[in-house]
Amino acid sequence: MQPTDSDKNGSTNAGQKPGLAKAPLLTPAPSVIEAGPSVPTRRPSLAPPDASRTLDMADEIAGRFPSAKIDYVRPRRIKVTVPADKIKVVALYIRDALGFDHLNVVGGTDYMQQGEFEVIYFVGSVSTPGQQDLVIQLAERVKRDDSPKVPSLTEVWGGAEYHERETFEMLGIVFEGHPDLRRLLLPEDWNDIPPLRKDYISPGR
Amino acid sequence: MSTAFEYSPDADRIMSVSLGPQHPGAGHFRIRLWLDGDIVVRADPDPGYVHRGEEKMSEYRNYIQNVPHLERPVILDSSGILFAYSLAVDQLMNSKIPPRAEYLRVIMAELNRIISHEYYLGILGLFVGQTTMITWMMGDRDLFIDLGARIAGARVTFAYIIPGGVRNDMPKGLEVQAFETLDWFDKRMDEYEKMFFRNPLWEERSRGVGVLTREDAIRLGTTGTVLRASGVAHDIRKAEPYSVYPEFDFAVASLKEGDTWSRAYVALEEMRESVKILRQAFKNIPPGPVRLKLGPQPRVPAGEVYARTEAAHGEMSYFIVSDGSPKPYRLKLGVPSFKNLPAIRHLLKGLHIADIPPVYWGLNYWPVEADH
Repeated sequence: MQPTDSDKNGSTNAGQKPGLAKAPLLTPAPSVIEAGPSVPTRRPSLAPPDASRTLDMADEIAGRFPSAKIDYVRPRRIKVTVPADKIKVVALYIRDALGFDHLNVVGGTDYMQQGEFEVIYFVGSVSTPGQQDLVIQLAERVKRDDSPKVPSLTEVWGGAEYHERETFEMLGIVFEGHPDLRRLLLPEDWNDIPPLRKDYISPGR
Repeated sequence: MSTAFEYSPDADRIMSVSLGPQHPGAGHFRIRLWLDGDIVVRADPDPGYVHRGEEKMSEYRNYIQNVPHLERPVILDSSGILFAYSLAVDQLMNSKIPPRAEYLRVIMAELNRIISHEYYLGILGLFVGQTTMITWMMGDRDLFIDLGARIAGARVTFAYIIPGGVRNDMPKGLEVQAFETLDWFDKRMDEYEKMFFRNPLWEERSRGVGVLTREDAIRLGTTGTVLRASGVAHDIRKAEPYSVYPEFDFAVASLKEGDTWSRAYVALEEMRESVKILRQAFKNIPPGPVRLKLGPQPRVPAGEVYARTEAAHGEMSYFIVSDGSPKPYRLKLGVPSFKNLPAIRHLLKGLHIADIPPVYWGLNYWPVEADH
């Protein structure tokens, strides 16, 4: 039981019809992943959560944006990868139509062997009833070259500002349209490549 | 960091001042202020003075070695930050945690929530001039640290919640001490309310100060007491129940005003709810094993996971990418204080200098956590 084997089982092609996408979207045993503890079920809320909501939502996104690739769907998580030039439109749709109003965190990963960076926005919803437990992971891939650039989503979720500054500093990804893209956490005299890139080796390692 | 502001025609009127990082009223943290008289016209929080590169460090250590250093950013709430980490690793490994371990995790997390909130209220009181508050809170906090120390064997940095369960069982007969402490603390919290929250001096310094509206609280991505004091009853323990929280009867404290007083009062109410949870947990804790045998270097299947919990400061989240090796490929820490950074800048603007301490400390901001 691979909990997160997204590439083999969970991905769907962009052009698929929403209805057809339903079956292969679900990873084999996702209910176990999100179900939490294995204590005997004393209350119904401890039962494994239902994946139908996220499946419908993933269908909606995939149907509306053919370029979006649904990486995996779990009962409480959806991961969508979109091209960098489309991310703002998708983000606005996720915020306004689906009601995901609260940015949790922005992460970035250096996939050095694939020659790509991944920027990923974790968006939850705090005021839309019934979906407060869901998180949409909106990801984009950008080529790992000298000046990786992606559009900033600070206009969509105001909370993204400091998260994007951190990602800019730690991975060297430039967020275009960011109101105040400066370094944040590292010392002012930092004179090396961004530290969370995989080719940066910590001193003494 | 030069800005056009300093060279503007108003430069003789607008003064730029650093609050921190050495100032005792800021913690290891600097806020750059632009002042017109004693009014803040612009504030620029500048974290990073205690940045230790936790995320990079995690990539060099295996999943068990990561436990003790990951709790360092929030020694106030060391279980809160490890709970989310253990949850993430458990989900990656698809492990089923024994029920007793889940109860012990909840007990430790709630003890730590009280410890952290006591510290928060104490420091907040100190900087508003309620010195009694810090002496009371620090003293009372120690009772809960003692309870935690009897369970975990260490003070403050418990390193108790680990992937696969908890480190060890609690000693026999601990319930007696726990119930004594909780009974006493229930009455003590009523005294807090009379002594501090209904104190005219404290109310004058905190009521209506630093008001964050509901819309702004959501837009800026705030979490924890800040979000709940602004009228959003969002608590991950209820919104996305994890561990055995669905088995407990407790409420989510939330107020509508969004000022400093409400933020502090939400923390007090949360301590009351934590006491409720602790009573039920100590009463109903099932027998059984407390950890899975994972070995010193557990094999974690490849995949990625995003797990979040409600820590004392707010929503604590981990994004872990595993490539199947013994060490995480990428570990992204989403810490609540960092999420509240935009609120600092937003709230300080337009304040008098004298209102900075109640607003800044009222946000439950912990610089070390934000810098991770």
